[in-house]
Amino acid sequence: MTEQTQNGEANGRPLLEIRDLKKYFRVGRENLKAVDGISLEINKGETFGLVGESGCGKSTAGRVLVRLYEPSGGEVLFEGKSIHEATGSEGRALNRKMQMVFQDPQASLNPRMIVSDIIAEGIDIHNLAANGKERLDRVHELLETVGLNPEHANRYPHEFSGGQRQRIGVARALAVDPDFIVADEPVSALDVSIQAQVINLLKKLQRERGLTYLFISHDLSVVKYISDRVGVMYLGVMVEMAPSDELYSNPLHPYTQALLSAVPVPDPDVELERERIVLQGDVPSPVNPPSGCRFRTRCPYATEACGHDEPVWREVSPEHWVAACHCIP
Amino acid sequence: MVNESTNGTSDAVLRVDDLRISFSTYAGEVQAVRGASFDLRRGETLAIVGESGSGKSVAARSIMRLNPAANTIVRGGEIVFEGEDLLRLSERRMLEIRGPKIAMVFQDPMTSLDPTMRIGRQISESLRKHLGMSRAQAAERAVELLELVGIPNAEERLRQYPHQFSGGMRQRVVIAIALSCDPQILIADEPTTALDVTIQAQILELMRDLQERLGMSIILITHDLGVVASTAHRIGVMYGGKIVETGTVREIFYNPQMPYTWGLLASIPLPTADRSQELIPIPGSPPNALDPPAGCPFSARCPYAMRICEEEMPGYTTFSDEHRAACWLHHRMAPKVEPPASIGGAK
Repeated sequence: MTEQTQNGEANGRPLLEIRDLKKYFRVGRENLKAVDGISLEINKGETFGLVGESGCGKSTAGRVLVRLYEPSGGEVLFEGKSIHEATGSEGRALNRKMQMVFQDPQASLNPRMIVSDIIAEGIDIHNLAANGKERLDRVHELLETVGLNPEHANRYPHEFSGGQRQRIGVARALAVDPDFIVADEPVSALDVSIQAQVINLLKKLQRERGLTYLFISHDLSVVKYISDRVGVMYLGVMVEMAPSDELYSNPLHPYTQALLSAVPVPDPDVELERERIVLQGDVPSPVNPPSGCRFRTRCPYATEACGHDEPVWREVSPEHWVAACHCIP
Repeated sequence: MVNESTNGTSDAVLRVDDLRISFSTYAGEVQAVRGASFDLRRGETLAIVGESGSGKSVAARSIMRLNPAANTIVRGGEIVFEGEDLLRLSERRMLEIRGPKIAMVFQDPMTSLDPTMRIGRQISESLRKHLGMSRAQAAERAVELLELVGIPNAEERLRQYPHQFSGGMRQRVVIAIALSCDPQILIADEPTTALDVTIQAQILELMRDLQERLGMSIILITHDLGVVASTAHRIGVMYGGKIVETGTVREIFYNPQMPYTWGLLASIPLPTADRSQELIPIPGSPPNALDPPAGCPFSARCPYAMRICEEEMPGYTTFSDEHRAACWLHHRMAPKVEPPASIGGAK
């Protein structure tokens, strides 16, 4: 990001404060601990990237933040107010300020609705347009903003390509003029040549509207590219969090190191030379996560002590947090 | 790279020549592959790279003759393997090739395994059918195969069902099945796309290792240039049903000669790159296979397109023994164009 993040110093606090957030799902007689105590703050105007493998809880965390799920514990403060306690008109106001862009543009747009109705749904719910003309004008303006032809407002989603559909998803999120957008794998379903179009669009919108993003993805290159700060999740907990460049140039947690080393670099010479840490085995079940450090079953440096020593969430250098175990100096 | 310098086409185990495949649909004829030519050499990995709809999977499935018989139209070309044209073989003869000689690994390991059948039986199926093994022999070989692809407790695992395996383990099983009859050619269609990066790294390492040990040739179909850089020897870039550029891995990454390849390389965010650098997207979207353009398929999105590009498909220009590209910019009358600064240039 070329422009500096204006962090919310002006009003003294971050846009979003997440404290010890937990979300459990009932599976038979047991709890699946999808998110098991994460804490972070997201400042106004910044992009926070959340990465991790499937099942690490990153999408669940995103969904709790936009009130699609009730948390099982902890709290989320938006502009200092708890979002899950808000009801009635207060709740509706929050829904307007927080929007979501989903991964699969095919599945997240109703195939029986025309694009203008899809985009205007939020406008209708929140009564943001005085009359039909104003509503349509807004839709046309939004389509133009995301780089689509306003004349296509009467078409159905199937008449668009994948990248165009994702633009419709972005226009829908923008329709209610939100402050905060959770983008859950917004470019994962797109081809690389189209991916760059949507990433550039998201960055442009952020510049123009001062939007705050939570960008969830499994693609570490994309996350690095778009995020100011990045958090790495593993089995429901955060293992490391740092400014983007710092995390990628100086990863401290063994999991972050392995994850970064697993990403194949599109450069044959680099690939030829580099040493790769190949993790053995799979992610354990979040129903019964390992005791102590959750990563220890796959960690190349694990010792017996890791089974009972809980890692300590610690700031090792300014803004660089890590779940510190014996590996961290 | 193991044998980047394999030279001469005499070494080819498979030759695809001017392949043209269409599908008849209610909307008309979808021209999926429109004249693709490439060869595959002994012991190499050839990556076919392209975005969705470029025809890469259809071309790969044509080699195995796995495209739906009901609506597939072979418009032309040939696929030569051991002196025979696979496109024109009888289905009975094809059964002797599909599996024992050319095997395939698909993208989604869940849908390519039968959920109601134990893993052991799925592996021994082809062993018994193609190699005529007895039940006991096949079971023994199945254990060896699972060990070969790195699945621990093989004997116990054989009695389990696919749902008892993780995604990465399932893909290992699929690879074990593909390797069961010791094929000469393995076609891997997006073998790691459905997997997480740490698991992807495991599977790619396994494939490299198996190739070294067993010496098979691999056709790797993928859209992921990172995967290509780490596993392939040669690359064919496919767009709009045609191979628009082909060369060694280093030639394609460091000296690409065609604007689509430039665009592809410039639009991927590098984990090592400076974040202030803008990604350069390719504007527009791929051509409609129902009504493909007469000229270069990329002309509508190409920033350097000339009038000739829309009218006529360019021929190939050759840059080295391996490297050729189809682009009018290499015509002697075309203006000189430099690729974007961010790409090319070997270190």
